[in-house]
Amino acid sequence: MAGGMTYTAIDSTSLQTAEIYGQALVELGRAHPEVVALTADLAKSTKIGDFMKEFPDRFFNVGIAEQNLFGIAAGMARAGLVPFLSTFSQFASLRAADQLSTDLCYQNVNAKVIATHSGTSFGQAGSTHHAITDLAVTRAMPNLTVICPADGMETYNAVMAAYNTFGPFYIRINRGFDNTLYKGTDYGFEVGKAVTVREGTDLTIIACGSCVFQANQAADFLEKADGLKIRVLDMHTIKPIDKEAITKAVMDTRRIITVEDHNVLGGLGSAVAEVVVESGKGCAFKKLGIQDKFAPIGLHEDIMNVLGIDANGIINAVREVMKADFELDDDWDDEV
Amino acid sequence: MALSKAEWLRLEKKADELRNLTLDTTYWAGSGHIGGGLSVLDIMTVLYHKYMHIKVEDPQWADRDRFILSKGHAGIAYAPVLCDLGFNDKELLKTFNLSGSTMGMHLDSNKVVGVDASTGSLGHGMSIAVGTALAARLLKKDYKTFVVLGDGECDEGSNWEAAMSAAHYKLTNMISFVDRNKCMIDGRTEDVMRLEPFCAKWEAFGFIVKEIDGNNISELCEAIDFAYANDTDKPVMIVCNTLKGCGIDFIEDNYLWHYGAFDDEKYEKAKESLKKTYAMRVARAEKEGE
Repeated sequence: MAGGMTYTAIDSTSLQTAEIYGQALVELGRAHPEVVALTADLAKSTKIGDFMKEFPDRFFNVGIAEQNLFGIAAGMARAGLVPFLSTFSQFASLRAADQLSTDLCYQNVNAKVIATHSGTSFGQAGSTHHAITDLAVTRAMPNLTVICPADGMETYNAVMAAYNTFGPFYIRINRGFDNTLYKGTDYGFEVGKAVTVREGTDLTIIACGSCVFQANQAADFLEKADGLKIRVLDMHTIKPIDKEAITKAVMDTRRIITVEDHNVLGGLGSAVAEVVVESGKGCAFKKLGIQDKFAPIGLHEDIMNVLGIDANGIINAVREVMKADFELDDDWDDEV
Repeated sequence: MALSKAEWLRLEKKADELRNLTLDTTYWAGSGHIGGGLSVLDIMTVLYHKYMHIKVEDPQWADRDRFILSKGHAGIAYAPVLCDLGFNDKELLKTFNLSGSTMGMHLDSNKVVGVDASTGSLGHGMSIAVGTALAARLLKKDYKTFVVLGDGECDEGSNWEAAMSAAHYKLTNMISFVDRNKCMIDGRTEDVMRLEPFCAKWEAFGFIVKEIDGNNISELCEAIDFAYANDTDKPVMIVCNTLKGCGIDFIEDNYLWHYGAFDDEKYEKAKESLKKTYAMRVARAEKEGE
């Protein structure tokens, strides 16, 4: 990794995910004078205050004006700077959607959006501050790379990869602390390539963001309790999606469950479904996420429980899919 | 400092060529945003042919002055400016708006050489200009950023976010214009959504405002010279009172000509009108120039 910062699981239990982003940004700022940081009155909330302290001339707080935030970043990128702009996911993907699409994506500029408070992670703030459509919106924007890291370690890797890859990026991270999935940053992160968190042959859970940790816990439990071998894929890159890993999961396990802290319409589940259908192969398929409704108010972990996207919900869904005897259908002659 | 008569006449000649080329492009394209194209053309003529530091042979020259046409629908007049300069082949204008062309009605900066920002969706240009102006300061470059808004475009709230930031950051390396032709698609600006007191709004947002006749080359140069000489920490906004369809008498100041088409008969009539306009412009320069 550029800069040589090595994070460990210990860091991520003491640092919020956004704080790891904030430190990664400082590291990039030290190494690259063209890196600038922008926000819209959310310097504290998005944890880019360290960059502001160290590089006050390269930090821009444009006030509560997200459209202007994105336009300014596009202009800066066009002039040779590498802007990292941070605001809440809901505002980055909707309030400034036209600027994100036109100024960043259409112009294909080298600007990086680090969208915080994604999904229902700002649970108590309610639906005005939940981002449940941002993956659907952003993955439909050409030229944009869309990443939803599983934890702080992966956020660090995604931010570094964004700097090292020309073009617009949208990285959605959570508010607050995330459960730590990875022990460090050195596990072979690559944009567009899913990480196989655990191998399995009975069923594949494809998850992103904080749901990957939950999926792994569920798989662990199901192995002990039900003797199931479940593959867990961390599909951190929503676009370009790892078609190879999905197709392989279809062929190897014939059962796929997707899990996301996002509406089941248009996000990870939809992206995976597109690949599954185009594979032309039969596969039992279930999408876990927010079932096209506004989420309740509460602590993130409680909301995840209510939505059925925590380990409990995933366990129930796996058992349901495993019970289905679709393989006995007369039409089913494609089992490998 | 007054514009010399020779310089004025040189710019009028160029403006006349570009008005004709804009009409031709509209004719070739079958239709186009001729009204707002002709109202803003004098601003672009003066900037590209008197003030801007650019290199046609090096379009991405890092030190070039930037021009951002926030009212991107005036691409039908902007494309002729860029082709005439040599950034793109003039023959391309004959493909404007046609299927498969690199030139659509809102110019794509990744396809049309010389375009600094892809505009079209209104209310974006000034924010981008603030970005390039801030970047100049950070990168210690002397280039200037010019941005032109439409007046109807100023209904978009995002412009005022950008205006606030231009003043907040004291961006005196950015010179802004509004093409105040007082027309928009559905009617007169004051009837659709009142803008007045327009200059006072910009002043309240922290700009030094010059209000001029934006179809008078001499007044344009005087206002831009004023902006160059600005030694305050406030950015300059030049509110240009213009005529929609400027130069073609039967479409002038008529919002119905926001977007229009010329058949052969209208095209010939328009050409005649442009000739008269040029003669009047030359007479004015001869009389008032020094």
